[in-house]
Amino acid sequence: MNAVGFPILSLLTWLPLVGGLVILSVRGDEATVAANARWTALWTSLIVFALSLILWVRFDRTEPGFQFVESLPWLPEYGVGYRMGVDGISVLFVLLATALTPICILSAWDVIRTRVREFMLAFLILETMMVGMFCAADFIVFYMFFEGVLIPMFLIIGVWGGPRRVYAAIKFFLYTLLGSVLMLLALLAIWHQAGTTDLAVLLHTAIPPAMQSWLFFAFLASFAVKVPMWPVHTWLPDAHVEAPTAGSVILAGVLLKMGAYGFLRFSVPMLPLASAEFAPLIYALSVIAVIYTSAVALAQTDMKKLIAYSSVAHMGVVTIGIFTFNVQGIAGALFQMLSHGVVSAALFLCVGVVYDRMHTREIARYGGLVHRMPAYAVTFLVFTMASIGLPGTAGFVGEFLVLVGSLRVNFWLALLGGSGMILGAAYMLYMYRRVVFGRLTREDLKSILDLSPREVALFAPLVILTLWMGIYPSSFTTFFDASVGAMVDQHAAFFPPVQLAGVLAR
Amino acid sequence: MNWTAAIPEIFLALSGLAILMLGVFVRREPTFLCSMLAVGALLLTAVLVLGGSDGAAYGGQFVVDPFSSFVKLLVLAAAALALVLSLDYNRREGLARLEYPVLMLFATLGMLVMASASNLMTLYLGLELQSLAIYVLAAFARDTLRSSEAGLKYFVLGALASGLLLYGISLVYGFTGGVGFAGMAQALADPVHASPGLIAGIVFIVAGLAFKISAVPFHMWTPDVYEGAPSPVTAFLATAPKVAAMALLLRVMVTPFGHLLGSWQLLIELVSIASMVLGALAAIGQTNIKRLMAYSSIGHMGYALIGLACGTPEGIRGVLVYLVIYVFMNAGTFACIIAMRRRGLAVEKIADLGGLGRSDPGLALAMAVFMFSMAGIPPMSGFFGKLYVFLPAVQSGLWTLAVIGVLTSVVGAYYYLRVVKVMYFDPGVEELDAPPASLSVLATGTALFTTLFFVFPGPFIGAAQAAARVLFG
Repeated sequence: MNAVGFPILSLLTWLPLVGGLVILSVRGDEATVAANARWTALWTSLIVFALSLILWVRFDRTEPGFQFVESLPWLPEYGVGYRMGVDGISVLFVLLATALTPICILSAWDVIRTRVREFMLAFLILETMMVGMFCAADFIVFYMFFEGVLIPMFLIIGVWGGPRRVYAAIKFFLYTLLGSVLMLLALLAIWHQAGTTDLAVLLHTAIPPAMQSWLFFAFLASFAVKVPMWPVHTWLPDAHVEAPTAGSVILAGVLLKMGAYGFLRFSVPMLPLASAEFAPLIYALSVIAVIYTSAVALAQTDMKKLIAYSSVAHMGVVTIGIFTFNVQGIAGALFQMLSHGVVSAALFLCVGVVYDRMHTREIARYGGLVHRMPAYAVTFLVFTMASIGLPGTAGFVGEFLVLVGSLRVNFWLALLGGSGMILGAAYMLYMYRRVVFGRLTREDLKSILDLSPREVALFAPLVILTLWMGIYPSSFTTFFDASVGAMVDQHAAFFPPVQLAGVLAR
Repeated sequence: MNWTAAIPEIFLALSGLAILMLGVFVRREPTFLCSMLAVGALLLTAVLVLGGSDGAAYGGQFVVDPFSSFVKLLVLAAAALALVLSLDYNRREGLARLEYPVLMLFATLGMLVMASASNLMTLYLGLELQSLAIYVLAAFARDTLRSSEAGLKYFVLGALASGLLLYGISLVYGFTGGVGFAGMAQALADPVHASPGLIAGIVFIVAGLAFKISAVPFHMWTPDVYEGAPSPVTAFLATAPKVAAMALLLRVMVTPFGHLLGSWQLLIELVSIASMVLGALAAIGQTNIKRLMAYSSIGHMGYALIGLACGTPEGIRGVLVYLVIYVFMNAGTFACIIAMRRRGLAVEKIADLGGLGRSDPGLALAMAVFMFSMAGIPPMSGFFGKLYVFLPAVQSGLWTLAVIGVLTSVVGAYYYLRVVKVMYFDPGVEELDAPPASLSVLATGTALFTTLFFVFPGPFIGAAQAAARVLFG
């Protein structure tokens, strides 16, 4: 049954909701409620994080299939069950979600002053949805959480966001909903075809080649919006700019990974023929995303928007990696997703730090911060370098592996995809120079304060994680090596060796 | 003759009469007492329905089977909810007359007869009993222009629809030589017997029933009547009669005309697509929440019709599940709408909800739950309604319907989101009055049902499955 003897995945999923109920039950004046809500949310998310460390310890890294499996009958006569389970591909995302949530809650500590209770409630519900989505081992359960994420995120952007929050929130919601409903149809078709929605079964169900193309495009519609891939990325800069810092952090850190996770979980293993057939399309879109959005990022004057565009470029590298169908590419994509989850989340926090002090994200409004905020400058530098992909930081490993993987497919793909690293260096360093270096000329910047203890507590784990992932990546890659190997083998089995050799030689 | 099959209906009719007499002879203000008794009568009828045994009665004109019981229970629940919704509203608006609960009982009685109809004559009888009572209810606020207009409009158009229906019935009778469903099914077992005249008759019957469920192109009355009728009547109108008329449509299309699926499938598909598209697009520009709900209900009926268009047991099951979910989320939404009062006066502009997220978080949360549910966002119940009609559509290969259905649901999501946006994102306007306890309890209950449906979908889907299977013999 279960490696730990109790339903840990359900506990991780639903515990935040219990915390939410506690928050709801608090009575009293506004200050009391706010304080209680903050502490309850923080402790709940910390407990969830601590529990999720059990996964880290007890996860069997040699087993490619689902682990910690739970199964309850839900609609047994239709082959639908409440099934939970994690494998090498999803386990680290569960950890990423549980690790980032307390950081987000702490980052919103005194920044969010209105409707604190609702904010914390929305965040805990969001955690339930995120963790549940990565733990789901049933298609219907997955879809429920996948779309359920929209509700709290919509409210977080719309209630606590910036001046154009309503536009951004509705755009975010409708864009992603439009993609998801098409996936719903694909889900129904697969359900009809296989008679079950159990992922463990579906992953080994042969789907007729004629259906695969349609299903692939239905999945693509959903996941491409979530990733987001060019040209459906336009909701992302809006959502990021308007969302409160904590919202941006979770959006960049976890929600963007849902699309790429979907590709890895469904498109590649379930639709191998269509995936191989349309891989060039994905390559093309990804390469455009890498180059075009990098160029757009170079021209941004708003820090958050710049990082948002850089996210699109980084996720382009991820989608290239996934669709190389070789071990290096997919492992690199997974690693890149994790490192991007940590690094971009941290970068948004960095922006949040100065935004909280100056209430502007205009790059031109800053300059010379290093003179007043040395600790901040160092922190920011670490994450800037990680975003560029400097060896020794988290960003390097993933990009490098993806490059190796794509070289095995096509030289030009590797060259164009790799150009993102160069362009990334350009826009990140350019921004860093304008914000942190130079002369401190503006009057109001002269009294700006360096990192507070709360902020140090926010950044310390992220810095450690970034360096750890860069210096000793094996502690993370070993989690997904077995699963990725199995997936690549399964994919290769669909193609006769001759053809595969042909692909390699190209 | 097995007259006991109709005990629930007989009981409801007798209690309607008794409550009327009691109301006339009681000295003090009788409305509250009568309403409570009416709710009690509805609940007791539900118990009788549950305890009833299956079978046909009255020479095969009246049938009791799992399908009719399922529909009856849902209708009774919807009527009871609508009656509770009216308690506080009618008192404040000076509509507290004892005829109100009595008319509601008779309308419900008509719906029960509709659910059990296995003969075109019984069908018409039930439909008219229901409609006549509701015409009066729509015009119940007789001193206000809008309500009288709504009643009159509904009556005139409804009479026209009844005429169409009757004409269709006469055509069908002429071409099949019978009005009993079982006999017709036998006569039509071979689709070769489907003459053009018979098809025309079916089209007229569909038109008459489509009017009752306000499917496009017979929807014109819906926004005006919804807006004009007193809000609790609108709540009633949006739930119970829709269920009964949809059930009737299901039974008529599947039992006697089931073998002619090829002839009427396209018709239902077109009606469904038109309803979904119009429901999604026309609602965008609305500023009155009751008109918004009218277009929303048109859209919802379009989704439910997808299941009928499949013509399979799974499709019918989908429609029934959809109706259950629809009734509860609609009743809850109307509880929130009826609770919209400012300084004692009812308000019904969407903008009046501004800032509700701050001033009354509980009501706003309930309303948000219903809006997300209507948009079909999991884990709310509305998602499962859509899931169970899209699944049979995919199984039957009706891809056009399924694709248009999901796309219009995205368009629809926009206006539901707009309501949430007004409540949570917009600056507050003047606060609304605190809602009365009856509405709060009802809104909370239905919101819980809507949110937690995903935990226990099994019994509902199982019952719908059993009900749907009966129609296919």
